[in-house]
Amino acid sequence: MSAREQEFVEYVQSGGQVEATDWMPDDYRRLLIKFIEMHGNSELMGVLPEREWILRAPTLQRKLALTAKVQDEAGHSQLIYRVVEDLGKPREECLEDLISGKSKFHNVFHYPTFTWGDVGVIAWLVDAAAIISQKALLKCSYAPYARIMKKICWEESFHILHGRDVVLTMMLGTDEQRELVQEALNRWWGPLMQFHGNPIPSGDDPMFHWRIKSQGNDEARQQFLDGYVPQIWELGLTVPDPELRKDEETGRWHFSEPDWAELKHVVTGHGPKTQERLELRRISREETEWVRKIVLAKAA
Amino acid sequence: MTERARALLEYADDELILGWRDSEWTGVAPFLEEDVAFSSISQNEVGHARALYEIAARELGTTADELAFDRKPDEYRSAPLVEFRRMDWAATIARHVLYEAADEIRVEALKDSGDEEVAGLAAKMDREEAYHRIHAQMWEERLRGEPRFQAALDELWPAAVAVLPEELRPELAARTGRDLPSNSLLLAHERGSHAEEWPALWEEMTEVRRSVPGAAW
Amino acid sequence: MIYEVFRQERKGQAFAHAGSLEAPNDEFAEEYAREFYGRRQESEALWVVPRTAVHEIDDFVDELGRNYHRVDGYSLKVKLKEARDRAGTSPS
Repeated sequence: MSAREQEFVEYVQSGGQVEATDWMPDDYRRLLIKFIEMHGNSELMGVLPEREWILRAPTLQRKLALTAKVQDEAGHSQLIYRVVEDLGKPREECLEDLISGKSKFHNVFHYPTFTWGDVGVIAWLVDAAAIISQKALLKCSYAPYARIMKKICWEESFHILHGRDVVLTMMLGTDEQRELVQEALNRWWGPLMQFHGNPIPSGDDPMFHWRIKSQGNDEARQQFLDGYVPQIWELGLTVPDPELRKDEETGRWHFSEPDWAELKHVVTGHGPKTQERLELRRISREETEWVRKIVLAKAA
Repeated sequence: MTERARALLEYADDELILGWRDSEWTGVAPFLEEDVAFSSISQNEVGHARALYEIAARELGTTADELAFDRKPDEYRSAPLVEFRRMDWAATIARHVLYEAADEIRVEALKDSGDEEVAGLAAKMDREEAYHRIHAQMWEERLRGEPRFQAALDELWPAAVAVLPEELRPELAARTGRDLPSNSLLLAHERGSHAEEWPALWEEMTEVRRSVPGAAW
Repeated sequence: MIYEVFRQERKGQAFAHAGSLEAPNDEFAEEYAREFYGRRQESEALWVVPRTAVHEIDDFVDELGRNYHRVDGYSLKVKLKEARDRAGTSPS
């Protein structure tokens, strides 16, 4: 490692932050691009399972709130891809790599949605899991990314409200509606427990080394359980994991080992909806290619 | 139903269905920036629909949601123009341009109407629609030289004319520099008839709501 | 020409508007900005932007009070109490 690189590592490890125009080691830039690009991909792919429900939302207020939520996600991917672009990878290239399967996106966006219960559980719990990771990124060593995270976390907080409201309203409804919520929770619990990733010791995690992330995967999962399991239980819902309990002495949650093989399988392009959603992206890109050509030609 | 309620429902149905159709672009527009912009337009339209339904609902003793979701397909009074399923971007912008032009005339007429409640709402709506018109014009300028855009304008023109009541149609023709279509050409696009894809849209938009009748969501 | 100056006080922070200055061209503007906002080492970095390049937008229309993307659009308290009562989990 060069002296300059050594100095850089010490700088970020002591809490220092880096701007786009600063010198940075190639490894750092490469890891940043990979990590932030996957975040952008996830926001963009997160649009697809929910946009299917905009048409079906059962009241005007829900329709508006869901449209606004999906809009926020498209907006987040714009913010995030801009950060990636300034690091040297153009948005168009990110989109190409996404469609070709070269880059990844978060596990939860590879699964189907079946009912309005899924819409509530996604907005409430998937967004809650996401906001935990994103809040930790407010301290990311790469300052332009950390700064946009402020806006992203702020907007996500409304999504959680919307989701919780949808779930609460259904839990106050008919037995059939309550069942829709429980079924959705059963479907999403596995992916939610996988969401924050394998428990890598932070010493082995290059993301932690460069202070791109400052929170361990397991720590994020514990935080999620701590914040949300009591909220789930108090509604009379059952978490589909017989092992789940909090050890009051250590303050830590015990749970069945998440299915890491499934996580790996899903994020490498084999989720139940992966190919269909990528295909939709590919087609919509193809269909609108002429528009981008005209607009960019006129801008040049 | 009074003439007032009928007119409110026509307008509300147009805004609701168009808002629905515009929201189909969320996540798949040509630019991410456009996903966001078009989504706001769609939210405004649905917001307008809700406000119009609310006035009608007070008169009819019902609620905005019941008017928006619980009528039978043939009770909706939307113009066929707003019902066409997500078209290509050229046709989407052509509809956007034509609808905003027609809507400007309609909203001006409402602002001048003697109905204080409706005129007040129309003024509010118009202040939001002003931004839709700017957006439509920007895109019209961008796409002007595209044959497929011009073809879409020509094709959608009769349906756009049919959005307005007869007395306002000459004004639309004058502002857009187009000739009014013949009555036989207009016939298929008049209110009361629906686009081919209307039943499917109705099925989809009422699906969750119908699944547990009378439930709160 | 008038230039607007944005300064970053510490690494990682957002640039914030600091003030404006008048200069005959970009080069002078940079030099003056350095003097006005950097001579005590009080800035980490500056952005110097011709005022004509700044587009101000201050109209954000919301005529119908849309509340679904704001906190006040959701009143969970009452529903939460009801849901707890129904589940028998209300704090005693």
